Amino acid sequence: MIQVNQLSKIYNGTTVLNIKYLEIPKGQSFGLVGNNGAGKTTFFSLLLDLIQPSTGNIKSNNIEVNTSENWKSFTGSFLDESFLIGYLTPEEYFYFIGDLRHQNKADIDALLAQYEEFFNGEILNNKKYLRDLSKGNQKKVGIIATLIGNPEVVILDEPFANLDPTTVSRLKKIIKELAQNPNVTVLVSSHDLQHTVEVCDRIVALNKGEIVKDIQTSEETLQELESFFAV
Amino acid sequence: MIRKFIYLEWKAFTRSASFGANLAMKILIGFLMIYFSVIFIAMGVGTFYLLKEMNFEPLSTVNRFLIYYFLFDLVIRLLMQAIPVLNIKPLLVLPFNKNTIVHFSLGKTALSFFNWVHALFFVPFAIVLIIEGYDIIGIAFWLLAIFSLIYINNFLNIILSNIDKLFVVFIAIALALGAAQYYKLFDITVFTSPFFQGLYSKKGFFLIPVLILIALYQFTFKYFKNNLFLDAGLSKKEDIATTENLVWLNQFGTLGTFLKNDIKLIRRNKRSKTTLIMSFFFLFYGLIFFGNTHQPPIMHIFAGIFVSGGFLFVFGQFVPSWDSSYYQLMMTQNIPYRGYITSKWWLVVIATFISTILASFYLLYGWEIYLTIVVGAIYNIGVNSHLVLLGGAFTKTPIDLSNAGGAFGDKKAFNVSAMLLTLPKLLLPLGLYGIGLYLGNKNLGLALVAGAGVLGFIFRNSVFSLIEKRYKIEKYSTINAYKQKS
Repeated sequence: MIQVNQLSKIYNGTTVLNIKYLEIPKGQSFGLVGNNGAGKTTFFSLLLDLIQPSTGNIKSNNIEVNTSENWKSFTGSFLDESFLIGYLTPEEYFYFIGDLRHQNKADIDALLAQYEEFFNGEILNNKKYLRDLSKGNQKKVGIIATLIGNPEVVILDEPFANLDPTTVSRLKKIIKELAQNPNVTVLVSSHDLQHTVEVCDRIVALNKGEIVKDIQTSEETLQELESFFAV
Repeated sequence: MIRKFIYLEWKAFTRSASFGANLAMKILIGFLMIYFSVIFIAMGVGTFYLLKEMNFEPLSTVNRFLIYYFLFDLVIRLLMQAIPVLNIKPLLVLPFNKNTIVHFSLGKTALSFFNWVHALFFVPFAIVLIIEGYDIIGIAFWLLAIFSLIYINNFLNIILSNIDKLFVVFIAIALALGAAQYYKLFDITVFTSPFFQGLYSKKGFFLIPVLILIALYQFTFKYFKNNLFLDAGLSKKEDIATTENLVWLNQFGTLGTFLKNDIKLIRRNKRSKTTLIMSFFFLFYGLIFFGNTHQPPIMHIFAGIFVSGGFLFVFGQFVPSWDSSYYQLMMTQNIPYRGYITSKWWLVVIATFISTILASFYLLYGWEIYLTIVVGAIYNIGVNSHLVLLGGAFTKTPIDLSNAGGAFGDKKAFNVSAMLLTLPKLLLPLGLYGIGLYLGNKNLGLALVAGAGVLGFIFRNSVFSLIEKRYKIEKYSTINAYKQKS
């Protein structure tokens, strides 16, 4: 589904990301782990054509993301709060995204009903604009909005950060369900090794922009990663 | 302790976004500041001789209208002057005395532009009065009283700023008083001018505003100090949200989706609401030019363009910055750039159309004047609407929607390419109209300007393609610029 070739990003002579080759097959749930500044967000930004690669390219479903815009129709993503429109209520935001993805109001309502438990009664019908919601609740809105319109690629940057323990476990359930769908490729980045190991089939560890580990998840994965990141 | 505060303020000032602009920008801002200062000072000096020449007694004439001066000052402050609350938060948990924090932040507002700008007018005026033989002590006390009144406004603004839409009340009062005076129903100045005159002529009168100012400072101080908690004065005001579906816009497809969003954008954010009010004031711009024999007739077309183009100039020039806080979202959604630009275009066109209808009160000046405005509107729709959108591709200033300040044109929003694009907005119609006037036919001039507008309208598809291409080229640097919070 996603192919990365000779990809690098250089800022003022410093290489922040350098990936020779990486292939993520369709239907895989892919976890990206690493310390701050390892290049996780840079990689996702390149994948979403928000920044330009210094060399190489990324192909999503055989579409080169920085030359064509056609990947937008099957990609849902949430990187940070700048993906939210602060002056809308959560409902209006969902309908807005739905309009752009050619979903009618009934489709959206059906989708929202599915995730009522995840929202925990704090999102819908609360008479609050998105800008006045807490960080955690904003994140809930952003994550569910990526699922509108049955995307084939779902990209979530640090989805577990800022969430309360109950919501984290509900989110893990949602990501696992997504991962079971053979048509959906899920990409998740995190600092939290345990959460990532739990929800992903495959884990890639980045360090200073380079891939240092690429493992299929198994019983020993968590230990292996923990010993790698321990100093 | 105060030294630490001053250190922080100095850093905040030198590292502010507008100061970091490039050299050319600094020179331009400096130039504009000097220009406006000189104009104010010249007004201060000139007012005396001008009034004298018109056979008015200068001081009492000025005193007569001071009531309006202070009313409008308050309105402008309520609209534009920001209260420095945000940067208090980090200081609360540090070993600073609460009294010092409050004194300092109140003292800081005293240095605001909105206060010292008045000095540029009143000080030269007072000096001229003294030179012309007015009682030096009386004038000194008068000036002291005037400054007390200016600072009374300053602190009133701090106390009143928590009340929404108050400025509307003051505008209404000012307009009502002005109208009543104009139609000789009721003249407020009969009551107020003896007071202002008394500040000069009656010894000890000046103590009244000074004492009021001291009392008001005490009050503001207490008010601020009692509210110096995160859940009181320093809390963010949360609005009660209402979900609006605006279903009737659905019939326009993607265009409707964006229009819906833009309407919400304008209605729910302080900055955009201020912009809307400002664009309303543009409607009255023509009053300066029409029916005024001192202005050259060529300026009529200038006014014609401004009257209907208020929204276009103050809102349009910041497209796409209005969407800056969620621009990354826009760039990853299934959005055709064309649809996005078209919706903004329609918004500008609709607003221009409404302004033109609202401007129909200019019919009182006669058909020809209104025709000029209609022609200006045609030019705005056909040419200027495209130019502001094109200029938007180069305007990379993130907009903080919740902040009302800066609506008069963000300093950072100036850049050379955007500025070059403002020239044809005004100079081209001025030139075309000038040609008509030169050939001795005003209607020919109007026809030429309208023709340019129609031409722009006909070729709008190819112009849109050009704009679209430009936006795509600028995409990455725009995203990067919007990430930098001011």
